[in-house]
Amino acid sequence: MAEKKKDRNRTIDPAALEVLARTEGSGIESAYDRYLNMQPQCQYGNTGICCTICIQGPCRITKKASKGICGAAPYTIVARNLLRHVLGGTACHSDHGFHITMVMKEIADGHPGDYSITDSAKLKMVAERFGFPTEGRPEQDVLKDVVNLAMEEFSRLDKKVYSAWLEKTIVPERLEKAMECNIMPNSIHKTIAESMAQTHMGMDADPVNLVFQSLKTALCDYIGMHIATDLSDILFGTPTPVVSEANMGVLEEKMVNIALHGHNPILSEMVVKAARDMKDEAIAAGAEGIKCMGICCTGNEVLMRQGVPVLTNFASQELAIMTGAVDVMVVDVQCIMPGIQTVAECFHTKIITTIPNAKIPSSYYVDFDETRAQEKAREIVGIAIDAYKQRDASKVSIPQVKHKVVAGFSLEALTDILAAVNPDNPIKVITDAIDSGELAGVCLFAGCNNLKVIHDGSHTAIAKELAKNNVLLVATGCAAGSYAKLGLMNGDAVEEYAGEGLKAFINRLNEANKDKLQDKLPLIFHMGSCVDNTRAYDLVTALAQEWQMDTPKVPFVASAPEAMSEKAVSIGSWVVTLGMPVHVGVMPPIPGSPLVDGIALQIAQDVYGGYFIWEEDPAEAAKKLLGALQERTWKLKVHKMAQEQYETDAISKTW
Amino acid sequence: MSTVGKEWENSFEEIYDGAIDESNPPLPLFQKVYDGAIIATSYAEILLSQAIRRYGPDHPVGYPDTGYYLPVIMNLSGEKVTKLGELVPILNRMRNQIKEELNFYNARLCGESTAYAAEIIEAIRYLKGENLHVSPWTGFLGDPVVRRYGILLVDWTIPGQAVIVGKAKSTEALAKIISDLQAKGFMIFMAYEVVDQAIEAGLKLGIDFITFTMGNFTQVIHAVNYALRAGLAFGGIAPGLREEQRDYQRRRIRAFVLHFGERDEVQIAAHFAAIFLGFPVLVDHELPEDEQIPNWYIAHPDYETLVQVALEVRGIKLKILDIPVPFTVAPAFEGEAIRKKDMYLEFGGGRTPSFELVKMVEESEIEDGKVEIVGPDVDEIEEGAAISGGIYVKIYGRKMQEDFEGVLERRIHDFVNYGEGLWHTGQRNLCWYRVSKDCVAKGFKFRHYGDLLIAKFKDDFPAIVDRVQVTIYTDPKMVDEKLEEARKVYASRDARLAGLTDESVDMFYSCTLCQSFAPNHVCVVTPQRLGLCGAVSWLDGKASNEIDPTGPNQPIKKEGVIDEKKGIWASVNEFVYNNTNRNIEECSMYSFIDRPMTSCGCFECIMGIVPEVNGVMITTREHGGMTPCGMNFSTLAGSVGGGIQTPGFMGHGRPYVLSKKFISADGGLGHLVWMPKELKDWLGDDLRKAAEEQGLGTDFVDKIADETIGTTVEEILPFLEEKGHPALTMEPLM
Ligand code: SF4
Ligand code: SF4
Ligand SMILES: [Zn+2]
Repeated sequence: MAEKKKDRNRTIDPAALEVLARTEGSGIESAYDRYLNMQPQCQYGNTGICCTICIQGPCRITKKASKGICGAAPYTIVARNLLRHVLGGTACHSDHGFHITMVMKEIADGHPGDYSITDSAKLKMVAERFGFPTEGRPEQDVLKDVVNLAMEEFSRLDKKVYSAWLEKTIVPERLEKAMECNIMPNSIHKTIAESMAQTHMGMDADPVNLVFQSLKTALCDYIGMHIATDLSDILFGTPTPVVSEANMGVLEEKMVNIALHGHNPILSEMVVKAARDMKDEAIAAGAEGIKCMGICCTGNEVLMRQGVPVLTNFASQELAIMTGAVDVMVVDVQCIMPGIQTVAECFHTKIITTIPNAKIPSSYYVDFDETRAQEKAREIVGIAIDAYKQRDASKVSIPQVKHKVVAGFSLEALTDILAAVNPDNPIKVITDAIDSGELAGVCLFAGCNNLKVIHDGSHTAIAKELAKNNVLLVATGCAAGSYAKLGLMNGDAVEEYAGEGLKAFINRLNEANKDKLQDKLPLIFHMGSCVDNTRAYDLVTALAQEWQMDTPKVPFVASAPEAMSEKAVSIGSWVVTLGMPVHVGVMPPIPGSPLVDGIALQIAQDVYGGYFIWEEDPAEAAKKLLGALQERTWKLKVHKMAQEQYETDAISKTW
Repeated sequence: MSTVGKEWENSFEEIYDGAIDESNPPLPLFQKVYDGAIIATSYAEILLSQAIRRYGPDHPVGYPDTGYYLPVIMNLSGEKVTKLGELVPILNRMRNQIKEELNFYNARLCGESTAYAAEIIEAIRYLKGENLHVSPWTGFLGDPVVRRYGILLVDWTIPGQAVIVGKAKSTEALAKIISDLQAKGFMIFMAYEVVDQAIEAGLKLGIDFITFTMGNFTQVIHAVNYALRAGLAFGGIAPGLREEQRDYQRRRIRAFVLHFGERDEVQIAAHFAAIFLGFPVLVDHELPEDEQIPNWYIAHPDYETLVQVALEVRGIKLKILDIPVPFTVAPAFEGEAIRKKDMYLEFGGGRTPSFELVKMVEESEIEDGKVEIVGPDVDEIEEGAAISGGIYVKIYGRKMQEDFEGVLERRIHDFVNYGEGLWHTGQRNLCWYRVSKDCVAKGFKFRHYGDLLIAKFKDDFPAIVDRVQVTIYTDPKMVDEKLEEARKVYASRDARLAGLTDESVDMFYSCTLCQSFAPNHVCVVTPQRLGLCGAVSWLDGKASNEIDPTGPNQPIKKEGVIDEKKGIWASVNEFVYNNTNRNIEECSMYSFIDRPMTSCGCFECIMGIVPEVNGVMITTREHGGMTPCGMNFSTLAGSVGGGIQTPGFMGHGRPYVLSKKFISADGGLGHLVWMPKELKDWLGDDLRKAAEEQGLGTDFVDKIADETIGTTVEEILPFLEEKGHPALTMEPLM
């Protein structure tokens, strides 16, 4: 074990391994080195029993000191830290959603700048979800209604009015559950403020109350994300199937390579457009053209809508720069390691930060003003072309690793594909396959990379095992990035890894859609960025509606095999709240309080139907996820049996 | 600190003495109990505060079909909660008794707090309406179910209550354990996945099988509020006498908990709610030493011996009766119905000729243990057939009397129904038998009726039954022939019974069978007034006294008449006084208004005065609805039971309505103005006959209102007036 910790090759990505091997001993440090330097990590912080909420601390719970200086018990400290984590994630996702809302407001107010409504059908759908009239009205008026509501979702202070975005996108049983447990949010910003107050020193000490507030805050995360997805679709189009490539082999020696890193499509869409427009300038500078490629979720956004290739995912972001072939890495928000600037300094690469709340010293900072979006994007592409000129060919070494990716599966796109089999009731194609046992259920893979586990190792090992066992797989975020890079998001992977049932299911869809699709359907369906986890949850809701039952009975699980960020904590928390088992492949800082741990792992199921599974070993994790699905399909079967045997009108509501 | 809790110590708490090795207490276990109690009470608080925000503090709260409010709370602390707001101080008290210091005493208090929290959480769940569950899930069990089985539970006819939670290693393993418990006659409560496993295994579940599949999570509290209501209904212990109630639970409710699979903190705290009431907990997997308490919290991974160990720990000794039949025989199957589609064959029920007869014979006329079939056996009969059938039981006993024939004959009903897959109703030549397909598949032959009856008669009546022989007739001609013989026996018995009046005997019988759970109640059984449970007639009392001369049925000599009309005798008064802990001084046999007989709680019916119409109304345990006296059965039962005299209200057996002595001191049957339709139908022609004999005319029955006419005085009065009901013009009741 100690030996293994010294090994910096903590990845299974061959491109990353190649770069690591090449830079070994070069003095250029990445997260892989810093992780080793950090060992051993503090076990107090690691298990959650370190409190730094006030400056009497840090208070660590030991045998001798069983309480913090203020008397806070371990359960208070762990639960309070948990809420703080959820707050971080929620704030980030809703900041993302809020940014898009503000751009939409400009359009609604008649100052579209370089933006416009791309998907009128989606606008209509969203407006109708909230009961806004659409027939015969100018699009801009409809948009105004939607934008005003979205703004209220952030800002509402009235205690008696609850989030519409949440209410209208979940089944009524879930809404009542949230109401009775007093975790139904009024609005995002109000909840964030009350949670911040709640976690101040000497405020809430009740672990259950803190956990419930974490769930309420996490539901705000859901709201912010759902707004982000809905409005992004209206703005840039709802994704449809698209074919592209992934991994560092997408870098091209003769091109100006622009890495788009971060989360929000507001910037990346504009850079992609500017890059297409400025091809001539690149040629003038001696390049063959400009190539954009993505890292993390903004990469997912432009892959889903524009087919922009995937460069890499979170853990290996610095390694991409070490290829010497990245001219600019332009970043917006979230998951940007400050370490990229240090690495870039060893190369010609320019790091461009763009957002007021996410800057890095020494980097370029181009203040991304949405009212002058194209101008700003061109400025960024210009810096890239200039940088290309300074590229040092001797330092360029591009790993020749890339895989075909079939992506673009919004729920709308997926529904469309299912409709080819059952036009009257597309979702029934999935419920039938589960009812018949052809599919064992559905699993959403989401979340990050985490240096505590082998990069991409957990993602792929678990997914392959589930595929073999006929679980329908969907993915978002850096999990999706991992599958894209390693060749699991294409038709060949179906042949190689899918069990008989899953293979038959996907081939049935291929057959029914053969005139429509440019390529075969993938083993794992890419649903988008992290905010697009709401797409996956909308799928859960659709399944629950089809089966006419509450979500905790739906054979659906989620897994964050390499969870890292606070956003992962908040996503996991709302997925549990909304009824799903959630596997986390890295120990979160919770077991320091067996009480909070017990709530997360077991008691949450009794109250909400969802619960957490902590499991670092991928083989064990796969077993547990399959077990969770089996438990649900078993219960569903038994409850149907009971309905028949006891001749009851309805199926049991227990889960 | 070791003085903590001293002031609470009393005789009940002594049962925990010495359980803990004080040098090495199970602190990790206590820590989990503490954590679980915190979670449960904090969650209850969140739900309660929110429910009050949403619905207001005055919003009604309660379970359907009960007169015991929230039974856990009513029993242990006496509050009769009806509004949400009333729960706040109660929950605060329960939060406040959760203490950080880890010891066994505090862990039990955590258990109590968790029970309250669960009751509050469930009560809030029931704000959503009464129909939260689909069959076979039960949720809260209403009072009718408590009354139906509560007596059997506290008098140990049902040997104990098994509370089974979690998920067993396999469906098969669970099925084995449940079947074993059912065969032993246990009352079973299940929560969590064991319910799903039981359904998957196709076990017989539901109220009729005394196997209650409650649901998940806090729904397990319905096992507790069932047991606690039994204490209130039959124990005669006042609500809120916490230590006495716990003592009653420990002594009379022989419950234990079997936990399968993983445990969480709330479940562990709930286990300590059981321990708080005196019930041990067994867990199906290994636990470290410091998470166990000998005799109270036990790890026992071996499924084969789990039930046996549970019984030993709880001190339950079973009366084992091994009957050589290919199906299970247990009270659990008594309520089992056999639907037409599941039936292999049937006889009687008015469709085909049938009879059952118990006949006393001489020593020379009987071959002990012999079973004979006259006619085709099961394998010669086509599936779905209705055949002719009769069962003829010969009994010889040195102490057997002809008078006991009817008593024994009526037990055939119970005995046959105890058989899994056998069904019986009615009696004499109106009996009706069914056998299920499953039972036939298991190898049922007609001789098994004989084997079953022989074993049961000998076991239940050892003092009067020495030898038994059974003949089963399925040959139609022989059935007809024997039916004629039986008719003659029935007729001569009836003639003898008709002459059997209170005046014609010099002895009544007491029944103190219920004193095990209702210490202040005694029934006085006379030829014209059977026990209020409907199960003990004067002849039964006589037979039972013969079987067990020091048993619950003692002869009371009819001496020193004080009031002939009201039926008051000095000797009866004296007996009652001495046998009710000197609570009841005088007691009349024929009045429900003046010093009426007391009630234990197991009455079939309750009568109550309806002064507005100078009448009396009767409601039954089966009738859940409202009645013209403004109370339903449950509410009435709450005020009538427990061994007190409540002038104007009284519990009684169904057949008492037909007796000439039916409230004869108060004017008799003519006052009867209302009864549930079901009871009217049940009494049928016998009621018409009784009315006619008492000079009320055969149409009197049509003058009695029922729930189809109305359930309030205002609703039934016009009907009574229109029909010219005699009560309106009879002498005033009071
Ligand atoms: S105790 Fe807390 S503050 Fe100190 S090193 Fe550990 S995690 Fe950091
Ligand atoms: S809030 Fe309490 S536990 Fe936390 S650092 Fe301050 S004194 Fe310590
Ligand atoms: Zn992301």
